[in-house]
Amino acid sequence: MSMASDVPERLQPLLEVRNLSKSFAGVRALQGVNLEVVPGEVHCVLGQNGAGKSTLIKALSGVHQPDGGEIRWLGEPVQLTSPTDALELGIATMYQELDVVDGLNVAENIFLGHEDARAGVLRVRDAKNKARKLLARLGHEDLSPGTEVGTLSAAGKQIVSMARALSRNARLIIMDEPSAILDTGEVANLFRVIRQLTGHGIAVVYISHRLEEIDQIGNRMSVIKDGRSTASSLPVKSVSRSELVKLMTGRETSNVFPLRAPVAEGKPLLEVDGLGLAGSFRDISFSVRPGEILGLAGLVGSGRSEILETIYGARKATAGSVSVDGSRLQPGSVSAAIRAGIGLSPEERKSQGLLLDEPIYKNATLSTFARFARRGLLNERGERKAAQEQTAALQLTPADTERPARTLSGGNQQKVLLARWLIHGTRILLLDEPTRGVDVGAKAEIYALIRQLAARGVAILVVSSEIEEVIGLADRVLVLDAGRMLAVSDAKDIDEHSVLDLVLKGNSQ
Amino acid sequence: MSDQNTTTLQPSSEGGGATAASGQRGVRQLMGGSGVRNLGLIIALGLLIAVGAATGGSQFLSVDNMLTILRLASIIGVICIGVTFVITAGGIDLSVGSVMGLASVVASLAAVQVAATNSSWLLMVAVALAVGALAGLINGVIIAYGNVVAFIATLAMLVAARGLAELISGRSTQIVTNRDFTSVLRSNFLGVPLLVWIFLIVAAAGWFLLNRTTFGRRTVAIGGNLEATRLAGIKVKRHIVWLYVLSGVTVGIAAIMMMGRTTAGTSTHGTLYELDAIAAVVVGGTLLVGGRGTIVGTVLGVLLFSTLTNVFVQNNLDTSVQNVTKGVIIVVAVLLQQRFAVRGTRRKGAI
Repeated sequence: MSMASDVPERLQPLLEVRNLSKSFAGVRALQGVNLEVVPGEVHCVLGQNGAGKSTLIKALSGVHQPDGGEIRWLGEPVQLTSPTDALELGIATMYQELDVVDGLNVAENIFLGHEDARAGVLRVRDAKNKARKLLARLGHEDLSPGTEVGTLSAAGKQIVSMARALSRNARLIIMDEPSAILDTGEVANLFRVIRQLTGHGIAVVYISHRLEEIDQIGNRMSVIKDGRSTASSLPVKSVSRSELVKLMTGRETSNVFPLRAPVAEGKPLLEVDGLGLAGSFRDISFSVRPGEILGLAGLVGSGRSEILETIYGARKATAGSVSVDGSRLQPGSVSAAIRAGIGLSPEERKSQGLLLDEPIYKNATLSTFARFARRGLLNERGERKAAQEQTAALQLTPADTERPARTLSGGNQQKVLLARWLIHGTRILLLDEPTRGVDVGAKAEIYALIRQLAARGVAILVVSSEIEEVIGLADRVLVLDAGRMLAVSDAKDIDEHSVLDLVLKGNSQ
Repeated sequence: MSDQNTTTLQPSSEGGGATAASGQRGVRQLMGGSGVRNLGLIIALGLLIAVGAATGGSQFLSVDNMLTILRLASIIGVICIGVTFVITAGGIDLSVGSVMGLASVVASLAAVQVAATNSSWLLMVAVALAVGALAGLINGVIIAYGNVVAFIATLAMLVAARGLAELISGRSTQIVTNRDFTSVLRSNFLGVPLLVWIFLIVAAAGWFLLNRTTFGRRTVAIGGNLEATRLAGIKVKRHIVWLYVLSGVTVGIAAIMMMGRTTAGTSTHGTLYELDAIAAVVVGGTLLVGGRGTIVGTVLGVLLFSTLTNVFVQNNLDTSVQNVTKGVIIVVAVLLQQRFAVRGTRRKGAI
């Protein structure tokens, strides 16, 4: 069943973008992008990281001014010189890092910047009533206008952000990867809300790199590659998945997941026994052998990331133990875990993994610079050499290790973190969302690297919110729900549906 | 590096890439690094000296006057080196001024013991350093292990240390009568006052510590991203404690210098030094949010302010006018820094 049926054909376009271009300091971010959005449609904009999606959004929301081409609104050419211009026309943008104020309540957030006041005195009750009506239009009567926004989940904050767009009488809402911060159930709800919006004639520009979502929610789609439109306003139904990948990457897709190599029999390297963390998960037991990849599958809130962080010592276990090569690790000590040969690539690379303004080589040696040093004196030459060797082996592009980490794409930032642990000589690698924010082409490369590491005898734990990725990559899969282990299964005997079945059954118990 | 533990995925190809990269490195350091910012400070300092020369003539440019400027800079300068470390790590130390007062009071009381027991004046030095280090230790432990925001923890120390200094001294000034102590600290070496030498040595040691040692790398890393540094296996809390101890030790050194210059220990020593120190460090180019620190910039920032004071004194201008000018300089310097920062590495990827 799909609402994404026929495209409303004869409607006058709300927004037309023709041959839009924009350069930053000589780098051409956009060079000929076309887009046409009609009222009531969900128009998906696809592209790899760095394709120019963010620049397009910023041009449409008045943050950046294009160098060339034109933007038409209801047939008239317009200049969007500031975000206020765009809002006044009726273009609202919902950024990934939601621009809500945590300390204010729902109603205050909705009317932020256009408060209803008489002589400077806020009309609080009116605002709450209006907020309630807006939330009802989105099918969320359950959200109380007086609730402090900081207490809401990411999904709740999105609803507030959409209600704000409605309060501004938006006719077009741009959503920048709204599903990236949601779990499966929340995504379903998001789609329901989007259909409410389009039912009122509001158009939605939906940015995502999750191809499976496009089929579910999109009416038409446009694809950008290297700042150019490679497809404009095609009906979603008319394009197959493989064609789409080709439009995005310019190359054919082969099998994304590398073939599994048989795991050698042997003693377990990492043993987790009855591990628990109060308020998060309990009674987790498993072991991983050298060369084996164990995947942890489960929804957001299942405790996946917390388990990795507890094994790593970043959180202090309240029960159970972690052993490497038979010897127990001191709980709550990152340095003990690292000494035992464990490395973590955290979920949030930018906030938990990297020093964004520091050069790549210093990021790659962040865990080992003291080992290169002699009596506290840094050996930067040694660090550079090791970083260059490892990043070259990982095919980091660009290869210059002096660039700040900030300038790298998501996939290459992931490689820097892998390089960090390779330099360290890690034997157990914990990968939390290794391909989050990594584009389609680079994903396959990361998968191949992870497999290669396993083939070298590294024991690997993978957590991902994409169940397909866990199953495709891992030898064995551990299914989690609400902090409990539901099952451990050979990855060959399990698929996405059976994982979801397990989780749903687990919930109903 | 030949570390047995290291696993390389594939044999790497080290072609000309490495040398090309190192060539670019030099250029980048000249173009975008701290060089530009330091150049800006040097130009500002040059302009100020030109103004001083134009209004004060040869008297301003005399060696004596230059040494006066340096002597004025030396005490606050030593404190600024410690503060640079704390700020680079994303912290702040508001207690430096009052801890200096406390250290001078305790040390000058110890001087009485020195006179009574005929022990060496080095006891005074040790006491001043110990008081500074202990105050820093308390700051560091409260911040790192008590999870108290540095601003609040050191604000509390600012108030408490000043109060303690007043209690101990009974608000009276202790005169340091130890001749050996005062004569050493007021001596010259190669025609330059010892105080200036101390400043130069502390600054050089600070530069080395920040740029060439694992301690410095940890400091910058913590300021750049505390969580990432913790997850990389660095003992962040312990390091933060050491940073405040370091700041306290520089305060202890400054207290000794102050007692040498004034031959007195008093609870009013160092009043408002915390603000002067933060101003000089930030004007020097160290980011208040952490992650980037420059000792050379700090030294230039300190010299800028002491030269400014000197020029104003030469022209018999009111200290109020001087304060207004200082305020303007701080704002202009930070505005310029932000410009440079935007053009440099801090540009957010827009593509």
